Amino acid sequence: MSTTLWIIFAGAVATYLTRIGGHLVISRFERIHPRVEAGLNAVPAAVLTTLVAPAALSAGPAELAALAVAVIVSLRGGLLTMFLAGAAVLIAMRHFIG
Amino acid sequence: MSVEAIPEGARASEFWRGARLSIPVVVASAPFAVLFGALAIDNGFSVAEATLMSATIYGGASQLVGIELFGHQVAPWLVVLSIFAVNFRHVLYSAAVGKRIDHWPLLKQAIGYFFLVDPQYAEAERKGENGEEVTFAWYMGLALPIYVFWLAESTLGALFGRLIPDPHAIGLDFLLPIYFLGLVMSFRKRPRWLPIVIASAAASMIAYKTVGSPWHVSIGALAGVMLAAALPVRADETVETEEAVEVVS
Repeated sequence: MSTTLWIIFAGAVATYLTRIGGHLVISRFERIHPRVEAGLNAVPAAVLTTLVAPAALSAGPAELAALAVAVIVSLRGGLLTMFLAGAAVLIAMRHFIG
Repeated sequence: MSVEAIPEGARASEFWRGARLSIPVVVASAPFAVLFGALAIDNGFSVAEATLMSATIYGGASQLVGIELFGHQVAPWLVVLSIFAVNFRHVLYSAAVGKRIDHWPLLKQAIGYFFLVDPQYAEAERKGENGEEVTFAWYMGLALPIYVFWLAESTLGALFGRLIPDPHAIGLDFLLPIYFLGLVMSFRKRPRWLPIVIASAAASMIAYKTVGSPWHVSIGALAGVMLAAALPVRADETVETEEAVEVVS
């Protein structure tokens, strides 16, 4: 089996475990320790931040402008609106600045 | 009350009630499905592999994270671990939804959990909060259109992605950071969000420059999680779980 297929199937199993695991494991505990819960709550923001921050390190003006606009739009609009606004700024600035 | 006790006609109308709720989700997730397909090709996946990933993992954000890391030649186990980390929030959904569907037969429960993406969780919680029964027919009426369109649009994106002559000109290489930033922002109502983001950003940037990719992902994430666990916790905090409901993630 190729590495790609291995990643896909292992990823699928891992994902299914998260979807059924809460019911099988977490719901059996009366209460999760508050610090564990705080740590779990932080996981998505923490992981996703690591995918943005290093990209911003090597970004040019078009990329930085796109990120800035995306942040501002996300304060009011939904995910799709912010994504389209950021993408539009990125494409326009790359087109005109190069 | 068991699902089997419901007459055929009522079950069909339950299915369509669920299906109607799927429409906004299908529309909002379409661009991300197409983006996933195109980026998967750009990062060295075949069309069949892109489709397979959408069919088996069925989680937009984790799929995008997965192919991004795959494209950076990250060790396979770390790609899988990252997919697991991004999807870890489903554990909370699963624990909450479990109470609403534990009257279903076991096989139907096992099937139901596979489709437990963000909007699926949000709608099931809403139905349950309103005092209505979450039936299998309703649940699948909501789940199947989202799933089928997600698959079809990922495949379309993959087919279309091979035809793009200059991915840089349409910003393909930088669309993911914008998207991930949007997801980060969508969690901003959670307790201690800003310190977590600052800690993870700083740690990941330093790790990126010193240790190098892909370790910046684990190191940065660990910094944010440890900080969250170390900061004082208030007893009255509740988890915000409906931030990202507008996308399959």
